[in-house]
Amino acid sequence: MAEFNLPANSRYKDIPGKLHPAPAGATKVKTFRIYRFDPESGEKPRIDTYQVDTGKCGPMVLDALLKIKNEVDSSLTFRRSCREGICGSCAMNIDGTNTLACIKGLDTIEGEVRIFPLPHMPVVKDLVPDLTNFYAQYAAVKPWLQTRTPPPPDGERLQSKEDQEKVDKPSACILCACCSTSCPSYWWNSDRYLGPAALLAAYRWIVDSRDEATGERLDELEDPFRLYRCHTIMNCTEACPKDLNPARAIGEIKRLIAERQV
Amino acid sequence: MAARERPLSPHLQVYRFAYTMALSILHRATGIALSVGMLLLAWWLVAAAGGEAGYTQVVTCLGSVPGKVVLFGFSFAFFYHLCAGLRHLAWDLGHGFEKATARRSGAAVVIVSLGLTAALWALLLSRGAA
Repeated sequence: MAEFNLPANSRYKDIPGKLHPAPAGATKVKTFRIYRFDPESGEKPRIDTYQVDTGKCGPMVLDALLKIKNEVDSSLTFRRSCREGICGSCAMNIDGTNTLACIKGLDTIEGEVRIFPLPHMPVVKDLVPDLTNFYAQYAAVKPWLQTRTPPPPDGERLQSKEDQEKVDKPSACILCACCSTSCPSYWWNSDRYLGPAALLAAYRWIVDSRDEATGERLDELEDPFRLYRCHTIMNCTEACPKDLNPARAIGEIKRLIAERQV
Repeated sequence: MAARERPLSPHLQVYRFAYTMALSILHRATGIALSVGMLLLAWWLVAAAGGEAGYTQVVTCLGSVPGKVVLFGFSFAFFYHLCAGLRHLAWDLGHGFEKATARRSGAAVVIVSLGLTAALWALLLSRGAA
């Protein structure tokens, strides 16, 4: 049964957070309410408030986070790397939806900016979730080419342009985990349901014309939990910062399983 | 690091309650309501088989204001579940996964199910049956 309330050690409203007021002379102040958790303090998580002068800040949420870390509070912890939406490191819950801090514009957020780690995940520190299970699920779908026949002696395994286009979009996934952690089904069943990201990866290999393990891949997924916990809520597709469509991929896998039974 | 359990990040508490989740949970809730509502239908049928006295009692009960409210809710649950079910059927056939399409079909489900409910009750009222 799904547990809708947070466990006692995870309630973030129990202790007051710290306020970091805007510097004197700030012109465009925006308030950031950010989830904080320090594993070494022994305290529960809390919400700290930062008033940031966005007049002297880059345009994205990540710019503001870096400004806070550089100038106000160096203890604020988050993952980031490419700062242009290709690495997936800075995935977090911003203004109520999962996205990448580096491509989420501050001007798209009305009022306070509320920032939490990706939902329903174990928190390592502040905005850093533990993605161990997420990566294990990705590995479980064997995201590599599986073949039985030997490759052509004189070259590579080729595929048509049309066949390539089928894997074009799904292989653009950056594994940021925005989709899986936006999915209520994944929240309640992440121990057994693979989640949209892993299933999108599975689909990418199922439709690859060069892959020869399609049947085995579908066998692996034909399970009440691994695949069929998807109820087409569509949160995944709404959340994907790369504009991919995990919901469609999962629907296609369900259809392929149904079709091979007739 | 201290060997204490990691906290769970907030989920329902912070996630924006978008149309996606609203329609999905309403589909489930109306499904449950319909299952429970089948008891009403069974009650009505049993009473009808049992003779006039009992049947009159059931009809009086369902014809009262609270009874009508329940029946109104039941009819909305029926139409919503039907429309949302058709939307799911389209998905299962591989259609309607585009973000814009899914938003439109979601709005259509709400509008059509409200419209059908209103039409049914307008019909009932016009015939003096309700």
